[in-house]
Amino acid sequence: MLGKIKWGIHPNTHKSPTESKAIEVNELPGKVILPVQQHIGAPAVPIVKKGDLVKKGQLIAEGKALVSSNVHATISGKVVEVSDQPHPVQGKCQAITIESDGLDEWAEGILTERDWQKLAPAEIVEIIKDAGIVGLGGATFPTHVKLTPPADCSIDTLLINAAECEPYLTADHRTMLEYTERVITGIQIIRQVLGVRNAIIGIEDNKMDAVKVMSQAAAGTGIKVAAVPTRYPQGAEKTLIKTLLGREVPSGKIPPSIGIVVQNVGTAVAICDAVVSGVPLIERVVTVSGGAIKEPKNLLLRIGTTFAAAIEQCGGLVSPPKKIIMGGPLMGMAQYTADVPVIKGASGILAFTAEEAKDAPESPCIRCGSCLEACPMGLNPSMLSILGERSFVEEAVNQYHLLDCMECGCCTYVCPAKRKIIHYIRYSKKMSAQKGGK
Amino acid sequence: MSDDFQKEAAPNETEPKETVKKEAVKKAAAKKEAVPKEDETKEVVQEEAKDYMIVSSSPHLFDDNSISKIMWTVNLTLLPAVLFSIYHFGAQALITLLAGSLSAVAFEAAAQKIMKRPITISDGSAFLCGLLLAMCLPPGVPIFVPIVGSFIAIVVAKHSMGGLGYNIFNPAHIGRAALMVSWPVLMTSWTSITTTADVTTSATPLNILKLQGYDAVVNTFGSQTELYKALFLGLRNGSIGETCVVLLVLGGLFLIYKRIIDWVVPVTMIGTVGILTWMFGGTHGFMSGDPIFHVMAGGLIIGAFFMATDMVTTPITRKGKIVFAAGAGIITVLIRLVGGYPEGVCYSILLMNCVTPLIDRYIQPTLYGKGEIG
Repeated sequence: MLGKIKWGIHPNTHKSPTESKAIEVNELPGKVILPVQQHIGAPAVPIVKKGDLVKKGQLIAEGKALVSSNVHATISGKVVEVSDQPHPVQGKCQAITIESDGLDEWAEGILTERDWQKLAPAEIVEIIKDAGIVGLGGATFPTHVKLTPPADCSIDTLLINAAECEPYLTADHRTMLEYTERVITGIQIIRQVLGVRNAIIGIEDNKMDAVKVMSQAAAGTGIKVAAVPTRYPQGAEKTLIKTLLGREVPSGKIPPSIGIVVQNVGTAVAICDAVVSGVPLIERVVTVSGGAIKEPKNLLLRIGTTFAAAIEQCGGLVSPPKKIIMGGPLMGMAQYTADVPVIKGASGILAFTAEEAKDAPESPCIRCGSCLEACPMGLNPSMLSILGERSFVEEAVNQYHLLDCMECGCCTYVCPAKRKIIHYIRYSKKMSAQKGGK
Repeated sequence: MSDDFQKEAAPNETEPKETVKKEAVKKAAAKKEAVPKEDETKEVVQEEAKDYMIVSSSPHLFDDNSISKIMWTVNLTLLPAVLFSIYHFGAQALITLLAGSLSAVAFEAAAQKIMKRPITISDGSAFLCGLLLAMCLPPGVPIFVPIVGSFIAIVVAKHSMGGLGYNIFNPAHIGRAALMVSWPVLMTSWTSITTTADVTTSATPLNILKLQGYDAVVNTFGSQTELYKALFLGLRNGSIGETCVVLLVLGGLFLIYKRIIDWVVPVTMIGTVGILTWMFGGTHGFMSGDPIFHVMAGGLIIGAFFMATDMVTTPITRKGKIVFAAGAGIITVLIRLVGGYPEGVCYSILLMNCVTPLIDRYIQPTLYGKGEIG
C-alpha cells in the first residue's frame, strides 16, 4: 500500500466518433508513395526503376538485411519516381512512387490457397517474411524476426495486444468486430509457428462488444480473451504483460526472455491473409479522426496513400488543421505536411484544430511527483527532464535508467508545469546514442 | 543575402509546399515574434501567414492541471481557517494576513521585474507563501513584521534561489525563522484571551507547558475535556492560522481528496509526534504523556498538512515523503521536550528541507523489471 499504487493515466478516450462506424474500403488512390523504410531495421532495397510497370502485390523493394522487411506494390501501374519523399517518421526517405493505371490488377502467382495446418513453422515464417509483415501496432518490428525468438528462450505464452489504449484510435476495435474469423485464424497460425498452446487476447474493458465477439469466435480454439482495465498505456507491451500475467520483463531485455511473444491484433489479420491466401501486406485499417476532420472514419487504406487523400475520403477538413498526427495523440508523430504516405505502422491519422493542439508554455518543475505516480516503468521523469535540460546524459542513463523509458507520454500528459518531459528524454537518448553509450 | 533570398523565393510560386517550409521555419515555442531560425526539434512550418501546422514532440494531449490550479486550490482550503482566525483574533489578524500575502505578491512582482524574468504572480504561489507566513505569526504583531517576513521569504528564500521550483527551504518558514531571531519579543507576545475556566492568559498552551508543566495547562482550561475542546475548535492562544484544528484538518482532507497532497505525510508526521510525546512526554515516567494535547497544540496540524507537504521542498517519492515526515516529527518532539523553545514544527521542517536532496538521491521509485522474474 505504501509502494506504487497506480500507474498510467485516464485521458478522455475520444473514441466515440469512429468506434461504431464500419470499416470503409477507400477508393483506389491515383498514386501511392511507398517508402523503402516502413519498419525498424535496415531499409529495403528497390528492385524496380523509373518507368517499370508493376502489378498489385509485386515485390518492389527487398529487405535483404537480417532485420528488414519487403515492400510490395499496393496498386497496379507505372513507377514514376524512385526518389526522396516526405516520410511520416523520418522526415524524408527514399520512396517508390507508383501512378495507378486504374485496373488494380494482381501480379501473377500471388494469390493462392493454402491449408495453414499442413505448413511447417519455418515455411510459415518464410511466407510472413516474403509478405513484408511488420508489427501493425505502431512499432513496426519485422514480424518474421519476432516469430523466431532466440534459441535460449522457451516461449510459453502468446499475447495478442488488442488493448488499443491510445485515445481516438478504433482501428483494432473495428478489426476485431469485422475481421473476427481472420483474427482467430491468424492467432492459430502464430501459435503453430511458436509451438505454444496458451494464447490470450488482451482487450481494454471499454470495448466489451469486442470482448464478446472475440470470446464467441475463440470458443473451442483454446484462445483466451481477457478484458483488461482501461488505462493508458495498457497496450504497451510491458504493461500488458504485467497486467495479464503478472510478470515483468527485466530491464534491457525483450519479452521472449521471459517466455512471451506479443503480437498486435492487426498483425494477426495480416498473417492470416498472407498465409491462407498469399496476400502480402498492402493495406491496413486506419482511423482518421480529430476535430478538424469533417467525417471521422475507419478506412481500409492501401499503404502509400497520402494523408491528404485519406482525409479527402472523410469529407475533407472542417477547418485548417493546426496539427496532423500519425498514430495516436500520446505517442504519434506530428507531420509537417499532409503529403506523407500511410506506412505500415500508421494506425491513425489525426487532424487537430487549434483548440485541440493548444499548448501552454512550460515552467520549472515544482516536484509535485505526478509524473512518478503516472510512470508505468517506475522512473523519475522529473529528474530525467532536469538532467536532459542540462545535457547530463551519463547521469540520466546510469542513475536514473533513461533507457528504460518507452516514451508513452504519461509524465508529460500529467505535468502541471507543462514540461515537455518526453522531449528532454528523447534528446538525452539521442545524445547517449551519439556518444556510443548504451 | 538578397540573392539567396531571391533564389529561394523564385521557385516558391511554382512549388509552394516544398520551399515555404524551408524558408519560414519558426520556433514552435516562440513566445512572441518568431525570428526565422532553424530549430532541431520543435518547429512551426508556416504554409501561409496564418495557416501553419505545429510540429512538436509527442504527446499531443495534455491534462488540464496546472500550477496555478494547484496553488489556488491550496489557498482556498486555507480560507476556512483564515476566516476563523479573523473571527477569533479580530481585525489585527486580518491586517497581518493581508499585509503578509499582498506584500509577498508585490515582492515577487518586483523581484521578477528586476531579474527580467516572466512575472508569475497570478499562479498563486507567492500569495500562498505570504498567507502561510502570516498564519504562523502572533496576531498582534506590528504591520512591518509580516512585510519584512514576506520580503525574506519571497526575495531571499525563493527568488535568490531561482524562483518557484528551485528553492531549497520552505520560504514561509524561512521568513518566520528570520523574524524569530530578529524580533524575538514581538514574535512571542500573544494576545490575552479568556479561557472556559475564566482564566485570562497571554501565553500559548505550549508556553505554559514549557514553563509551568502539564498540570498548569489543564488548570488554565478547567479540565482535560475542556482543554481538548478548546484546542480542537481553536479557542486558544497561538499564531493566527494554527489554532483551529478542525478547519485545518478539513482543508487538508480536501487536498488529499484532490490528490494535491499525499496522506502519508500528515499521517506520518502527526503519528510520530503523537507516539513520541506519549512515550516520553509525561511527568510520571515512560508512556505517560498526552499525545492528543501535543498533536493539537502548537503548529503541528498546519505544519503537517500545509508545510511538510510543500511540493518543492520535500522529497518527490512516496517513501521519501514518509522519511521526511517521520524526521520532521522526531525533531519537533526533540525541540518541544528537550530543546529550549516551546514549539519546533517550523525548525523541524526547515531542518528536514536540508536533507531532502539526499533523501531523493537514495530513495528512488521501484523500477519496472527490477523484481524477480516469473
